[in-house]
Amino acid sequence: MYDGGKIITGLIIGVILLSFPFWYNLGKAAKFPEPKLTPKAKQAGQCVETKVYMKAHHMQLLNKWRDDVVRKGYRLYVGLNGKMFKMSLQNECLKCHSNKQEFCDKCHNFVDVKPYCWECHIEPKEAKGGK
Amino acid sequence: MSFNLAFYSAFFAVLGLVGIVLLGLGAHLYVIFGVVVPYVAVLLFFVGMIYRVVRWGRCPVPFRIPTVCGQQQSLPWIKRTLGDKIESPFTTRWVIVRMLLEVLCFRSLFRNLSVSLDKEGPKLSYFSNKWLWLWAITFHYSFLVVLLRHLRFFTQPVPGFVHFLDSIDSFFEIGLPQIQISGIILLIAVTFLLIRRITNPQVRYISLPSDYFPLFLIIGIAFSGILMRYWYKVDVVAVKELALSLVHLNPQVPKGIGWIFYVHLFLVCVLFAYFPFSKLVHMAGIFLSPTRNLPNNSRYVRHINPWNPVVKVHTYEEYEEEFREKMKEAGLPLEKE
Ligand code: HEC
Ligand code: HEC
Ligand code: HEC
Ligand code: HEM
Repeated sequence: MYDGGKIITGLIIGVILLSFPFWYNLGKAAKFPEPKLTPKAKQAGQCVETKVYMKAHHMQLLNKWRDDVVRKGYRLYVGLNGKMFKMSLQNECLKCHSNKQEFCDKCHNFVDVKPYCWECHIEPKEAKGGK
Repeated sequence: MSFNLAFYSAFFAVLGLVGIVLLGLGAHLYVIFGVVVPYVAVLLFFVGMIYRVVRWGRCPVPFRIPTVCGQQQSLPWIKRTLGDKIESPFTTRWVIVRMLLEVLCFRSLFRNLSVSLDKEGPKLSYFSNKWLWLWAITFHYSFLVVLLRHLRFFTQPVPGFVHFLDSIDSFFEIGLPQIQISGIILLIAVTFLLIRRITNPQVRYISLPSDYFPLFLIIGIAFSGILMRYWYKVDVVAVKELALSLVHLNPQVPKGIGWIFYVHLFLVCVLFAYFPFSKLVHMAGIFLSPTRNLPNNSRYVRHINPWNPVVKVHTYEEYEEEFREKMKEAGLPLEKE
């Protein structure tokens, strides 16, 4: 090989950089989030929509709720099984899921999203206890 | 090759790839498309890249062939500006500066010109043409940002710089999930690169399926990614479980990830597997371009062609040594008595 030293060095640097995901996690066991339901949610037995739908689409639902309330002035939403829901982040979602840290944040920390809603909306009391 | 053949064969090849995934998912081949294909693609990528680079490294570069556009290092009273030092580098240090400009700023593409023939007379004119540079660099950087942002699926805990990129990218806080600008810019830029290939007659004439295929592939990837983020949502927690299990070499396929994710992933895998064997390998090739990575010092250093055969030489000194006696007898003049 001509200029072998330089080329091999470059190649090694390239391989190390590109294989970042493979060595970055070494030795760190991944903890998959298991969002906990509050007794109140358990009692209700269902979410606004099906669980599968909520898992993937809850942010879109919240967006729709926000627009419906703030722009159109609607306040009620007919959800799964014809159940009525007040379209409200604090007073509906977080009434059932009042354990925000054990529920919403569990998933969000895992996938690294930090919804900015809480700059204005008030988190439920238990969240005050610290991180 | 005719335009239609080149264009449509590449287009239907990508469409066919999407068809393959959908058929595969219909037959519940989740392990194939979630585990086997990604591993094979990553393996092909690394082995292929190393193979290509080593093969390039074994090619001798018999001459200094840097293409330069600056005053070369010469006599001490011939002045060289900073531009000359970069564009016509004399030492390795300046070669590195030149390479950095080339790799990070696409310096030589910035010099791109458009040539046109005047209608009235045989007059050739050159115009500065930065559009290709602009879209090329936009495309490459948005691709890089999108790729780095995707590290949030492959790392746990997620490194700070990934979150930083995420927060800049969703700076405008539009909608939920928030719009991440780089993904949309990526799609626009790659679409421009395709349109350029179709509308510019000279470029269109020389374009082959291997030029259209990567473009369609990347359009497919960006388009499916955007569809997945903003419309056909998938369970991102499950995606991350799959991604982490892959990089931990402990593959498990969680149930219930939507079909669009597998389309996205399969197109990405094809891109990675195809990478080393296509023009995309310029990612590594740029570093091994002799017209960029050689210092312009052929008036200062003697470069010997490694191909030169070993020539047995017999110098006059040795000749005289050998025939001294005979030459003396014959009365021939000698250099050394
Ligand atoms: C009436 C109480 C109630 C309300 C109001 C409610 N949820 Fe739920 N939520 C539940 C229950 C119960 C489940 C578990 C559903 C199941 O297991 O089928 C759940 C599940 C979920 C899940 C899936 C969790 C998992 O384990 O994957 C998400 C995400 C979620 N809810 C978000 C929300 C959001 C966002 C809102 C407001 C728009 C909301 N919920 C409002 C009771 C509620
Ligand atoms: C700049 C402050 C601010 C931020 C940030 C914000 N909101 Fe709001 N939100 C409001 C205000 C003000 C209202 C109107 C309250 C009302 O009329 O009841 C509202 C109303 C809503 C409503 C309907 C009414 C209710 O009681 O909840 C929803 C749903 C909502 N926001 C969701 C969100 C979500 C989701 C986020 C984060 C992505 C968010 N908001 C971020 C200020 C904010
Ligand atoms: C099953 C796990 C899970 C649970 C539980 C969950 N989320 Fe999420 N949430 C996600 C994921 C994953 C995303 C990011 C999706 C993406 O990146 O496209 C997200 C995104 C969001 C976003 C949009 C953030 C952005 O900046 O785009 C909002 C708002 C949000 N969640 C609100 C909530 C609220 C409020 C709760 C609790 C009531 C909750 N989520 C519970 C998984 C979850
Ligand atoms: C060449 C590499 C890739 C490119 C160019 C690419 C491109 C994109 C783009 C443009 C988006 C739209 C959202 C955004 O801007 O981030 C996206 C979303 C997405 N991609 Fe990729 N992708 C690549 C590789 C992958 C891989 C390997 C995975 C497997 C884990 C993946 C999983 C996803 C998921 C799950 C989403 C949706 C994200 C969300 O909902 O927030 N991508 N991709």
